[in-house]
Amino acid sequence: MPEYVLRAENLGKKYYIGRKEKYKTFRESLIQAVTAPVERAVQVMKGRSQHVSGLNQEMWALRGVNFEIRQGDVVGIIGRNGAGKSTLLKILSRITEPSTGRARVRGRVGSLLEVGTGFHPELTGRENIYLNGAILGMRKAEIDRKFDEIVDFAETEAFLDTPVKHYSSGMYVRLAFAVAAHLEPEILLVDEVLAVGDISFQKKCLGKMGDVARTGRTVLFVSHNMAAISSLCSRAFLLDRGELVFEGDVPDAINRYMESTLSACQTPLRQRSDRQGDGRLRFTEVTFINGTGQPVNAAVSGQPLTALLKYETSDGRSARNVDMDLAFYGALGQLLFLCKVQLARGNFEVLPPQGVVACRIPRFPLTPGRYRYKLWCQVNRVTADRIEDAGVLPVEAGDFYGSGYLPNKNPEGIVMVDHEWELVDPKVTLALDQVRSAG
Amino acid sequence: MTSQIESAVRPYEMKERVIEPTRGWLGLQLDELWEYRELLYFLTWRDIKVRYKQTILGAAWAIIQPFFTMVVFSVFFGNLAKIPSDGIPYPIFSFAALVPWQFFSSGLGQAANSLVGSAHMLRKIYFPRLVMPIATIFSNLVDFVLAFLVLLGLMVYFGIQLKSPVLWLPLFLLLALITALGAGLWLAVMNVQFRDIRYAVPFIIQFWFFATPITYPSSLLDEPWRTIYGINPMAGVVERFRWALLGSNQPPGLMTVVSAAAALFLLVSGLFYFRRMEKTFADIV
Repeated sequence: MPEYVLRAENLGKKYYIGRKEKYKTFRESLIQAVTAPVERAVQVMKGRSQHVSGLNQEMWALRGVNFEIRQGDVVGIIGRNGAGKSTLLKILSRITEPSTGRARVRGRVGSLLEVGTGFHPELTGRENIYLNGAILGMRKAEIDRKFDEIVDFAETEAFLDTPVKHYSSGMYVRLAFAVAAHLEPEILLVDEVLAVGDISFQKKCLGKMGDVARTGRTVLFVSHNMAAISSLCSRAFLLDRGELVFEGDVPDAINRYMESTLSACQTPLRQRSDRQGDGRLRFTEVTFINGTGQPVNAAVSGQPLTALLKYETSDGRSARNVDMDLAFYGALGQLLFLCKVQLARGNFEVLPPQGVVACRIPRFPLTPGRYRYKLWCQVNRVTADRIEDAGVLPVEAGDFYGSGYLPNKNPEGIVMVDHEWELVDPKVTLALDQVRSAG
Repeated sequence: MTSQIESAVRPYEMKERVIEPTRGWLGLQLDELWEYRELLYFLTWRDIKVRYKQTILGAAWAIIQPFFTMVVFSVFFGNLAKIPSDGIPYPIFSFAALVPWQFFSSGLGQAANSLVGSAHMLRKIYFPRLVMPIATIFSNLVDFVLAFLVLLGLMVYFGIQLKSPVLWLPLFLLLALITALGAGLWLAVMNVQFRDIRYAVPFIIQFWFFATPITYPSSLLDEPWRTIYGINPMAGVVERFRWALLGSNQPPGLMTVVSAAAALFLLVSGLFYFRRMEKTFADIV
């Protein structure tokens, strides 16, 4: 007995590109109706059997997508822009039709592809709640029932009877999200709508999403916010150029995604163009060497690592007052630690026009995994070069603490810090308590 | 396109819906339309509310337009050109026709633009797209009622009494609605595909106006032309409105039947054409 709630079988969506506008004019169609047969005849005579109309290229936004989702799954869908995530949701929402394959859906589907759709500026907040709710698929009775909750969530009670065109953008978005957040279909499809409002509201939204997920609903959640995906989802799909390339645990999917976005790092540093800064001084090559001076491809936790940063100036002259950064980031994009020239030893007063700068880390502090690093430098307080995705450094397990115990892969991205543990002598605890109660 | 498979085990809604590419002519799915009736109500309500909120004249416009048109027509066509009016005072002869015409032309114009004007919603939300043009036509009913009240007022002024044929009026209103919806559906779909249709709509309405016996009576035509003339459904509507309210003309005859048939044809063909093209809306609009 199949247990799925949502099942995709070879789902695909094809678009035609090559036309400047998506629509034609009637006049053009009429003209084409007359000239097309003539053109085709000419082509045939010339021996070419090309497509005659103006649409000459097919683009598969989705291709061969297969998956099964069970009730209660909270699935995160990640991928680069243009990977097909929104298209997938649109097909499952029945807004657009697939070109191939089929999807089987069991249960009421509610789609949140955008917040505030259908809001009319002339209507009041109250009226828009009903309108938007109805558009999203809620019955009037349902909206009546949840009305107070919605207003509460949006924190716009005072403005309920003012036309929405007078709302600030924050209020607008809060109200819109509040309505959407109270949708209770069996299957919920959400497309990147959590990035609305200020931080406290975003937290609220995430919290609400979490509640929805916990009630046993099935949720498909498209987002670029890896932290949200990690905290909400039990499974993740990775889409790349229209294909489902990975399906499984969230951390693994995120890793795969990170690696694919970093594939741009294959090009040598010298030729990289995704850099910022005025270019006065540029990094041209990065080599890592270990404690014995040998080039390595990976670091080892707890072992010395030196990053040799080769650079050159653009004008062939020395650079003055130079600061540099080497920063390591975790899978969720968070900064783990930063090596900075200014903090370690004060800026380099003068650097020759070409050379190598070494950054020596006596005991590399990260647990095993793959970490993206960023390079940055500044000459005379003006940013000269900055490469966000300079490269990826794998880290292998090593005995950081000298205890004989190795950290395991999960959880990765943990910064290890020298420390000690011991049981405190009872006499010492007593003394501490006395000190605390006295002071 | 949709198939429903009952499964005995699942606790929640067990119908399975299959989403797959469709081809050719599709069913009208009126059951789904019924399911979304509340949305239809809300969209109609929105159109009405917005129209009346925006202008002080908003409500009055529904009356002003046909009224002043009538005045102008009465002066130029009635008095100066002396066009016959079946023995009824010209002002009310034309006004009784202008009221249903107003309903038809506003409805048609708005329906034609309903899809393109809500492109945004079409791209982000699912609902049976038929809801949009239908809502625009319904929202014009309110304007119709207002103008109708003025019409009744005029009848009192001219001392014309209501007789039993007036009971047929809702039927003729329905005929106008069907025509507006049918033509509106065709234009709405064409507008999505061919953006220059929008510019043709005012012209189409204008042409249709003169092809309808508003400023002149259809009795100017002899049979069989008069019956053939009924192919314009609005001809039937307008004449029957005059007959039901003012007692002019003969009772409904062949011409009315022809009008009704033409209107139904417009509606049914419009519905099927709409449904066939519906899947492309979100991609093209």
